[in-house]
Amino acid sequence: MNALARHRYHRAAPVVLVLLLLGLIAGIAAAVSTASSAEATTATADDVTEGQKLFAANCASCHGLDAQGTDGVAPSLVGVGAAAVDFQVGTGRMPMQASGPQAIAKRPQFSAEEISQLAAYVASLGAGPAVPTAEQVDPELGDAANGMELFRTNCAMCHGSVGGGGALTQGKYAPNLWETTPTHIYEAMLVGPQSMPVFNDANIDPEGKRDIIAFLKAQDEGSPGGLRLGAIGPVAEGMWGWLVALGLIIASTVWIGARSS
Amino acid sequence: MGARLDSAAAGTANYIDERTSIGGFVKFFARKLFPDHWSFMLGEIALYSFVVLLLSGVFLTAFFVPSMTIVEYDGPLATMQGVEMSEAFASTLHMSFEVPGGLLMRQIHHWAALLFTAAIVTHMARVFFTGAFRKPRELNWLVGFTLMILSLAAGFSGYSLPDDVLSGNGLRIIEGVTRSIPIVGEYISYWIFGGEFPGEILIPRLFTMHILLVPGLILVLIALHLFLVFLHKHTQYPGGGRTHKNVVGLPLFPVYTAKAGGFFFVVFGIVALVAAIFTINPVWNYGPYDPSPVSAGTQPDWYILFVDGALRLMPGWLFDVIPMEWEIWGYTLSWNLLVPALILPGLFFGFLALYPWIEAWATGDRGEKHVLDRPRNAPVRTGIGVALITFYVVLVMEGSNDIIANLFHLSLNDLTYFFRIGIFVLPALAFWITRRICFGLQRKDRELVLHGKETGRIVRHEHGEYVEVHEPLTDEERWVLIQHDDIAPLEIEPEFNDRGVRRKGYRWDRFKQWLSRIYFEKRISPVTAEELAEAQHEHGHH
Repeated sequence: MNALARHRYHRAAPVVLVLLLLGLIAGIAAAVSTASSAEATTATADDVTEGQKLFAANCASCHGLDAQGTDGVAPSLVGVGAAAVDFQVGTGRMPMQASGPQAIAKRPQFSAEEISQLAAYVASLGAGPAVPTAEQVDPELGDAANGMELFRTNCAMCHGSVGGGGALTQGKYAPNLWETTPTHIYEAMLVGPQSMPVFNDANIDPEGKRDIIAFLKAQDEGSPGGLRLGAIGPVAEGMWGWLVALGLIIASTVWIGARSS
Repeated sequence: MGARLDSAAAGTANYIDERTSIGGFVKFFARKLFPDHWSFMLGEIALYSFVVLLLSGVFLTAFFVPSMTIVEYDGPLATMQGVEMSEAFASTLHMSFEVPGGLLMRQIHHWAALLFTAAIVTHMARVFFTGAFRKPRELNWLVGFTLMILSLAAGFSGYSLPDDVLSGNGLRIIEGVTRSIPIVGEYISYWIFGGEFPGEILIPRLFTMHILLVPGLILVLIALHLFLVFLHKHTQYPGGGRTHKNVVGLPLFPVYTAKAGGFFFVVFGIVALVAAIFTINPVWNYGPYDPSPVSAGTQPDWYILFVDGALRLMPGWLFDVIPMEWEIWGYTLSWNLLVPALILPGLFFGFLALYPWIEAWATGDRGEKHVLDRPRNAPVRTGIGVALITFYVVLVMEGSNDIIANLFHLSLNDLTYFFRIGIFVLPALAFWITRRICFGLQRKDRELVLHGKETGRIVRHEHGEYVEVHEPLTDEERWVLIQHDDIAPLEIEPEFNDRGVRRKGYRWDRFKQWLSRIYFEKRISPVTAEELAEAQHEHGHH
């Protein structure tokens, strides 16, 4: 065997190859995901025109060319406001990936600029809630303790005690809220997407909404008790108790009892 | 130094012995024999997690305030700042975030509680499947069963103490279930809660129950349980030289004192490790109790989950026509609570508690048993055991239906419909499949005894025939496979005597025969000495 072949058949070669491949994949993924983050500004007439073009090309097949909706397929978008568009398109729920119990969040299909153009177009059809300002959604300005009380009275029955998510009927679900941006959380409360009820400013005032965002952002710090097992309650704890705690201990009984009489 | 230490130890021992005559006891206990097997340590896990519970519990009682007086929170937790809560909840937060090591202790206590109940159930399953509950150990089975029920009471009362939203919802369910008891339910509920739910005296009452009453009873019953193990001597797995009349094993001292002592630290260590890594019962997430909010993922700890599952499983209307809530003369009879939360667990636990007597009576086997059954050699019992576990697991899964639906993107409603049918079909299926597997394993054992082990060596004879060489079992190996009893179903006297008169009690006998047939009608007999001799003779001809 010559030197080159020996290198090729080196024991570490497969491991090195796998690591290189993984690095390549991770690199490409990082490059792709950083490409899609920009910021939006105020709407102009140009935005509305551009938005209408985007709408006609991407949304009209279900919502109709005039955004009046189609019975049994898609609702009318007149009066839903820019906040609804920013939420639905900004979280990738729209355009819908597939029909199912509810639209699934995915990587957004449009850039921030395109989303704001779509939002400007839909907002021009009829008055509706606008995208909140940065100050309205700043968790630093919120009161997390008040947010806790508001959250558990209004949100926890579906999203779980700290926003870990939960099931609804017929395959629908309330998603996990830990990855959601403050703006999208605010918009969801404002417009009530899909199964979610609308929490207008009479239900929960803008300060209350910001308090809720502050409470949810407080969850980013993780749990003081260690890994939180999804924060979905005692079912996960029970499963881990059986599998990990009892599992490890039974494994050690087998080890201790190995020298059997 | 060594000599001085020895003489000091001997002197102390002598001093105590001369005043208590304890030497005889020590000798007796030190020489007590125990058979060795890893599965005999499952009960020890329960015992040691109980010790861990006592140790960590003493720490927690030093900081917990069992009071429902409302206070305003002022502490390091931003999400609770200025929130009104009971002192019980506030002191739980205080011990978690301000007492050094407090959160770790709380988590050790809670994980140890989950482990305690899980170990009891596992130990109970071992005793069930190996037939260790048979005469003379039926009473000890009952003591163990009571310990299991007490562990549920200990767990539930402790789970409710922090007075958080999650456990408060659990108590609300208990209140509803209590009220569903006909006629006296409302009175019992008022008596427990001191008036309307939640009242102001529940936490102190639960505290007394949790730190005094239940653990006291558990301690007494553990002593009784262990005393009976000493009295009956430990059971042993079948093997060479082991009979129903002896015990083959190692002495308590030094073998088991070392093993058991070391094992305590293994259990404590693993509980502490798990408690240090994984959050459990984060009451700061749930917030102080308030009867209005119920969050998604509201479930009890795993050991009560089956009751929650039964409640979720129960339809409000049977086949959409028969209501499960009746109104009789202005009184409400809630079958939809009574059946899943009281009648069903009652039947389940009742059957479990009485199983030793049910089996002894159905099989008519009344002998003392000290050698354990291999589960395959008792196919019906093993089948019943697996069916019970399946039944229980279906209830637990239904109790977790929202979590399962969310994690696996299933419809919550479809899951419930599936489990409503599954609760009847799956245990029956599990029984049937398990029994078949047992028969299959017994046939394999016969094969092994008669023809020996396959060696994988293929030999070609001169005339071209290929045969695989089989290696005969050693005597020890063979004994394990053929030692069990071969019990035939009950034979009964004929219905009419020779004068054509119908016998009294014939129907009863026929019922007992029917039961006996369930157990023994279909059976694979162990290889007899004649069969073995014949098989060996045949092999000689190859």
